[in-house]
Amino acid sequence: MNIDIFKKRRRQATIVAAILIALTLFSMFITEYDFAKSFTSIPKAIIWMFRNFYPDAKSMTRLPSILLKLNETVFLSIASTTTAGILALFFSLFGSKTTKVNNILSTLSRLTASAFRNIPDAVWAMIMLFSFGQNALTGYFALFFVTFGVLTRAFIETIDEVSYEAVEALQATGASYLEIVFQAVIPSGIPQMISWILFMIETNIRSSTLIGILTGTGIGYTFNMYYKGLNYNAASLVVIAIVLMVFLIEFVSNYVRRVVL
Amino acid sequence: MDLSKTQSIDILKSCESFIKRTKSGKIKVKAQSSNGTVVNIVLLVLAALTVYGFLTFDYKDINISHAIKETIYNIKTIFLEPRASHFPITEALYQVVITMALAFLTTIIGAIIALVLGLFAAKNLSNERVSNVIKGFVAFIRAVPTVLWVLIFAVSAGLGSVAAVIGLTFHSVGYLIKAYSESFEEIDYGVIEALKASGANWWQIVFQAVLPSCATYLLAWTFMRFEINFTNAVAMGAAAGAGGIGFELFMAGNFYFDLREVGMITYLILAFALILENISTRIKIKYLR
Repeated sequence: MNIDIFKKRRRQATIVAAILIALTLFSMFITEYDFAKSFTSIPKAIIWMFRNFYPDAKSMTRLPSILLKLNETVFLSIASTTTAGILALFFSLFGSKTTKVNNILSTLSRLTASAFRNIPDAVWAMIMLFSFGQNALTGYFALFFVTFGVLTRAFIETIDEVSYEAVEALQATGASYLEIVFQAVIPSGIPQMISWILFMIETNIRSSTLIGILTGTGIGYTFNMYYKGLNYNAASLVVIAIVLMVFLIEFVSNYVRRVVL
Repeated sequence: MDLSKTQSIDILKSCESFIKRTKSGKIKVKAQSSNGTVVNIVLLVLAALTVYGFLTFDYKDINISHAIKETIYNIKTIFLEPRASHFPITEALYQVVITMALAFLTTIIGAIIALVLGLFAAKNLSNERVSNVIKGFVAFIRAVPTVLWVLIFAVSAGLGSVAAVIGLTFHSVGYLIKAYSESFEEIDYGVIEALKASGANWWQIVFQAVLPSCATYLLAWTFMRFEINFTNAVAMGAAAGAGGIGFELFMAGNFYFDLREVGMITYLILAFALILENISTRIKIKYLR
């Protein structure tokens, strides 16, 4: 009896492994991915990085202009996250099970958020590029749309998780809808929501690099310019600046999270 | 109960010391905690930074109302009149499959590497120093945007699927090591101790106790990463020439300026992303709660 279970398990594991291997081989075939080449190129890339990818004295002169662009990118991701957070708060109040007004609005707000979330930021950037051109607002809207979708989902989960009992208690005392929202739902959910907003600011700094490359704005464009101009020293300085900025924001948000949550 | 008047006044007085009053003598109904102060400060700072940001952005003399009108018109065209003009729909589907394949390769390679490193990064399975070294390394990998990893590897491997997969794998490994090692660390230490006491070696502990009890968590995290990798693979196709539907999108948007084709591609990506999200949510509900 026991042996049968082990046999069955082993057979299942073999089947799963076979399917995974088949899918891997299929993927390698259609993407023309070359395993040998990837193995040889990793050490090559590392050696190349040590030889060329470091900031030198000449690239340091570009530091002020890099920091200026990085600054713009940071503000862009903060602005898009906070404004998206405000909109997401409304949608999540309508979307959440505990605070919904009616089922139609709830479904509608969930669907809207899902569509905004599942269209990648790269796609939003391309769409906005048509009318806003190489402008800070292109990146702003691309980040705004995706952040709005993600935050609405996160806020709905937060509201459902945190405030059901408080809402019930206030309903029993005869509080109105707005009183419930402002006295129970928002105060009990706000620490979680802040944590999500800080997380999205971090994420958006990285995403805005990508959007910058696509739309020719911000720090992404600066990197792309140095990279395409083979000025790898300056490009590496951009990478280091981004890494330090992400670390700084991570540090601050971890601190806030420790105090707030 | 009979309380004399002096007794009840005494009780009231002793209660009074617990009641906080405002300056005008009203009883405070809100508890003032440091927690609430920090929340208010954070909200204020974010609001201030947002306003400052909007005031200082480089708008390049854009005519906002005109641009918004144009955007609404464009979005109408994109989402209401999608049509493929440069390639048949079967070709577009094939490109989505390529993007899926890129995401799959990245996820599977990343998962294998992360599984090994995740074991060493878990504090209960490895020692403090090794764990800290790996976690520091992971923090660095995650701080560099994915597209920059892809472009850095593209210098030696050339633009294409190899650079894209390596670059995306870097990020996946970073993410999965964090997720995996945290799942490993949640294991009841008694189980490991019991196996150690029975004389099991490290590999036996890993294969008989750790992996079986974490398997569902690992699956859920890995699929979540697959979902992210699909989005990333689309973006890499557009930004780093990795091919797939992202590249077609980039061509339609930046070279042909074909709104209707952008619409068609957007719908395709959205459909696949929704399917992935649906599966991922189901796995999460089934296994993670």
